[in-house]
Amino acid sequence: MDFSFTEEQSMLRDTVASYLADNYSFEQRRDALKAEPGWRPAVWKAFAEELGILGAPFSEELGGLGGGSTDNMVIMEELGKSLVVEPYLGTVVIGGGFLKHSGYAGAADMIASIIGGETIIAFAYAEPQARYTWQDLKTTAKKDGAGYVLNGHKAVVIGAPYATHLIVTARTGGGQRDAEGVSVFIVPKSAKGVTTRDYPTVDGFRASEVTFENVALGADALIGSEGAALPLVEKVIDEAIVATCAEACGVFRRLHEGTLEYTKQRKQFGQPISQFQVLQHRMVDMFIQLEQSISMTYMADIKLADSDHERAKGASAAKVQIGKAAKFIGQNAIQLHGGMGMTDEMAIGHYFKRATMIENAFGSTDHHLARYEGLSLGKAA
Amino acid sequence: MNLDFSPEDAAFREEARAFIAQNYPQELRDKQNRGEDLGREDYLSWHRILAKKGWSAPSWPKEFGGTDWTPTQKYIWSEEQARADTIGILPFGVAMLAPVIYTFGTQEQKEKFLPGIRDGQVWWCQGYSEPGAGSDLASLKCKAERVTGDDGKEYYIVNGQKTWTTLGQHADWGFFLVRTDPNSKPQAGISFLLIDMKTPGIEVRRITTLEGGHEVNDVFLDNVKVPVENRVFHENQGWTCAKALLAHERSGIAGVARSKRGLERVREIATTERSDAGGPLLADPFFKRKVAELEIDLTALEFTELRTLAGESSGKGPGTESSILKIKGTEIQQRLHELALEAVGHYGAPYLRDLGHNANIGPAYAEGLAGDYFNGRKTSIYGGSNEIQRNIIAKMVLGL
Repeated sequence: MDFSFTEEQSMLRDTVASYLADNYSFEQRRDALKAEPGWRPAVWKAFAEELGILGAPFSEELGGLGGGSTDNMVIMEELGKSLVVEPYLGTVVIGGGFLKHSGYAGAADMIASIIGGETIIAFAYAEPQARYTWQDLKTTAKKDGAGYVLNGHKAVVIGAPYATHLIVTARTGGGQRDAEGVSVFIVPKSAKGVTTRDYPTVDGFRASEVTFENVALGADALIGSEGAALPLVEKVIDEAIVATCAEACGVFRRLHEGTLEYTKQRKQFGQPISQFQVLQHRMVDMFIQLEQSISMTYMADIKLADSDHERAKGASAAKVQIGKAAKFIGQNAIQLHGGMGMTDEMAIGHYFKRATMIENAFGSTDHHLARYEGLSLGKAA
Repeated sequence: MNLDFSPEDAAFREEARAFIAQNYPQELRDKQNRGEDLGREDYLSWHRILAKKGWSAPSWPKEFGGTDWTPTQKYIWSEEQARADTIGILPFGVAMLAPVIYTFGTQEQKEKFLPGIRDGQVWWCQGYSEPGAGSDLASLKCKAERVTGDDGKEYYIVNGQKTWTTLGQHADWGFFLVRTDPNSKPQAGISFLLIDMKTPGIEVRRITTLEGGHEVNDVFLDNVKVPVENRVFHENQGWTCAKALLAHERSGIAGVARSKRGLERVREIATTERSDAGGPLLADPFFKRKVAELEIDLTALEFTELRTLAGESSGKGPGTESSILKIKGTEIQQRLHELALEAVGHYGAPYLRDLGHNANIGPAYAEGLAGDYFNGRKTSIYGGSNEIQRNIIAKMVLGL
């Protein structure tokens, strides 16, 4: 048994951490988010060229560093610590995941372009009516000669304003909620008929409502097999969940450390408030939640290589832990900061907002509890 | 024991309901529906309508403009306002300061200040907390030195900083706790001053809260000259006023009627939103159970409040049980925010504050729910944090 990281992974962590320490302070981030375009292409360029991390989970034949999901995990945790908004998750984890797992013909070129920092991907999967049921799709791709015609509306597509390409789930057959008939397409954002309505999110990202109106796609836009892509979608979303859990661990670490630091210097009733036992126990419970979250993230990362069933169980179990911890750690970090925690000028509130959004990202705690129940207990029935 | 409303109470409920329906400003209603930030005149408009009717200060003694309602009628009134989603009357003047003035103030102070509070003509803000004095309010440092002015009159010269002053950007006047004796024990050297916010030397500076709003402020006082007759009660005995005020601040804090309305709203949202199974979210077993649990919790709070009300009507003032109401009331409000945000799924994420209204992104009811959730974290911090409330119960009720 071994939970240690390879030398390469440790170096990767140090590289990212030291770059972010120099280039991603709270103030630098705040100023960038306030201005247009709301993210920093220069940071992305540095990720590609200076740090080379955009190739971390890709094989060396494809031009990558030869790592895998654990490398994603290491990077995402560091990105979480600095509340990075640049689209590593959408582009490398999700975009890269679809390209790697699907046997897509254009994958090699596309991955090279991701590694080089030119291609940026956002994942357009959510629909207004669908909640967290990924196959509930009103978006349709109708066969048209060799290609397809895409129509539909995708909700809250995180990172779409930064993206060059969208990966879109659409129905090529079956009824609105059927498992059969789900297909995945890669669509240049500049394609005719794609319109985006851009807006910021409460945690500082940018997102779009994306509408497809008779978007003509070639046969080469299809990723995976036509009408049978739901297992692929679930696999990639599970990988995205594990990466998001890792990001959450970075966020939780900062919430916890920040709270310890603050309570040690904040004096009331003639002593640092960290001396009050009721607050000590609260911070201990926050710490336990953090440690349990790290453990579950490692567990889920290991299970990504397992069977579909084990992978799905692992990802949902981790997401449940992370969802509960996000609430407990986030809310108590604010509570122990008192009024200061309520201000926009202190970083702590921004970590709390990100933690809160992670709670519902790729499915709420209830969603994943139900999924876990189905996978773990449903079989006995 | 019974809970029946008398025929008089039922008639009063009809009257209250009809009055709101006929008099609540449509313009204000529209702004609320659009989720717009309210301005000074918006806040005061409903207050002034109520003042005309004689209903702006129900709890005051009749001689100053109170309504002489029974506790049951006050309860009905708060229920009807919540039911109709009216804005509340701001608490700073009517609920917090006025009881201090009519209990501890001079005749001149009562005559000078109470009518403006009652009629919604003067906006009051609170100068209590300081950067170094939050939960430990008595450690406040804002200093007031007594001097004789060139005109031969007595003044206090006030220097220091106050913080978390809610809606201080609109205030005409503020009530401040200041230290008049730096050498005595913390609680002993404090005085309670009424300060005209237009006095030279006062600067109100915005604090942006984490949801992006402007609700609270820092207030800086630099050699602010305050006539001695603006002190309420004795010099160095302001803590008596402060404690009385805090008890009143907490008594309305349970917010049962508002939370009932909040729960209805969650039900409405969860009826429209779909669950993963495709039916209404409210039919989802997980979600449904959480709503039921919260409703039961709220019922318990309601009956605890009713017991407190019944105690008050038999002559007991708001006592230490107000700490229970504060803790449970704020926990329930926060839970409502959590459930509402959870209910709207993906559409909890958009931040539409700067996009203007009718942004038409996601369902209208989802707009601002994340902001409400973030902002609502303040409720377990302000008015004496919930940790402090537990200390109060431990000490005052349990005798520990």
